[in-house]
Amino acid sequence: MTNFWEHYRFLVLRRFTQISLMLLYIGGNYWGWNFVQGNLSASMLFGVVPLNDPYAALQMFAAGAVITTNLFVGALIVTIFYMLLGGRTFCSWVCPVNIITDAANYLRRKLHVNQVEKKQPASRNIRYWVLGLSLVLSYILGVTAFEFISPISITHRAIIFGVGLGWTAMLVIFLFDLFILKNGWCGHICPLGGFYGVIGKVGAVRVDHDEEKCTVCMKCKIVCPEPQVLFMVGKESLQVLDGECTNCGRCIEVCDDDALNFSIRKLAKEKRDENN
Amino acid sequence: MVDERRKFILGTARAVGIVALGGLVWSAYVDEVTANKLILRPPGALKEDDFLATCIKCGMCVEACPFDTLKLANPGDNKPLGTPYFEPRDIPCYMCPDIPCVPVCPTGALDEALVTTDGKLDINLADMGVAVVDTKNCIAFWGIQCDACYRACPLMDQAIYLKYEKNERTGKHAFLKPIVDSDFCTGCGLCERACVTKKATITIVPREIVIGSLDDHYIKGWDKKDEKRLKNAKADITTTELSKESAMDSLNDMGGLLDD
Repeated sequence: MTNFWEHYRFLVLRRFTQISLMLLYIGGNYWGWNFVQGNLSASMLFGVVPLNDPYAALQMFAAGAVITTNLFVGALIVTIFYMLLGGRTFCSWVCPVNIITDAANYLRRKLHVNQVEKKQPASRNIRYWVLGLSLVLSYILGVTAFEFISPISITHRAIIFGVGLGWTAMLVIFLFDLFILKNGWCGHICPLGGFYGVIGKVGAVRVDHDEEKCTVCMKCKIVCPEPQVLFMVGKESLQVLDGECTNCGRCIEVCDDDALNFSIRKLAKEKRDENN
Repeated sequence: MVDERRKFILGTARAVGIVALGGLVWSAYVDEVTANKLILRPPGALKEDDFLATCIKCGMCVEACPFDTLKLANPGDNKPLGTPYFEPRDIPCYMCPDIPCVPVCPTGALDEALVTTDGKLDINLADMGVAVVDTKNCIAFWGIQCDACYRACPLMDQAIYLKYEKNERTGKHAFLKPIVDSDFCTGCGLCERACVTKKATITIVPREIVIGSLDDHYIKGWDKKDEKRLKNAKADITTTELSKESAMDSLNDMGGLLDD
């Protein structure tokens, strides 16, 4: 049991936050719970604190909408929150699509799809192009372009307000990630992830790698949804400072050598310097 | 060196190509889905174009609605995804005096100012659409007595009134024809819901679809208020240069037909 907890503690905690947040939203809609109302695009915390998706707000700005104080404050709160936490914490701890793509990725490993499809022809920078394109299209078309097609919004709306045909979007993402491209949606295309990657670059909570303990088993790289951020594994003692890291903590759990751990930015380096 | 440069140029060209293709498909979809102008929005909604730019699709208006009137567009509804709408034949807007759906809007896509008079919320200002009567199929226009829509209307005798007319066919009966006054109709759809025909013969349509607009060429001379519109009128005087030829010249001008 302790072994299970050792190996899955962050995964369990992440699923717990993701699912309980969705439950709170569902309660907010159907039973009038006053904890969070709305959805991940915009919500009210305790009926007082506005929380808004800053990327949606940015698209609204590009589309030429009048930005209300409520919207601005809510977007600012969310931006600062994830900026302080760092990385794409939203992606792996809040976003419900993460459960779908993690499931696809798990199945991919179990079915050995990765061994057959070794080559990944797509660049992970596509998301930044999509991010830029969404703002350009918002400006030209005068609507929030990504919000019109976002499978993330479709998914959480489907969960909170009733499914309709929303399950098709979830299925498409699942199959795309399973058969077409490893980490296809979250790791290559999603501009919301790209957006949080950019603002999370300066964040405080970072994975720290201790090269001296590492036995180069590479379990962390196999399980990581953004393996390029772990370039230092087995080579150098460094913090993972890339904004593309989702702070999911899977690498920490699978490491049997205690070579990876969560740390506070800079602190880890100072500690290492003291020890040496 | 050359290889690296080639790789870079090719990579950039590929990215630009993919972005162009994606942008094309993406904008075509957005264009297609925003072309639907027959969507009824909640009270206090901005004009459709502004509404689409401003609505963040959070569904707080839907949660606030006590009658489950409002719905968020799902994939397959052929409406801009996630935006709130209602179908009055299904569930109309019951025109709550405290309009719970409007103040909760975080982005102002539902604008309190549009449904406020003298600092107080006033649902009668709502402009969700306007009722249109199909006079060919409405049984009241046949001479059968039905005033379901008239009685369902929350602004009875204002938004819908009955016009009494003699039934010339029978010579002894009356028509009680329901007439909509678009100055008062809020588009709540209680009439459409109440209509007794198989498919409603009174239907809510977004105002900008059916209401025309005048320029300054026509003024109700008998209406002091309407004359005020002239204030914005701009004198647009055009002059045409008079021809120096006489009428005779014009009649005798064969346009070079007989020159040979």
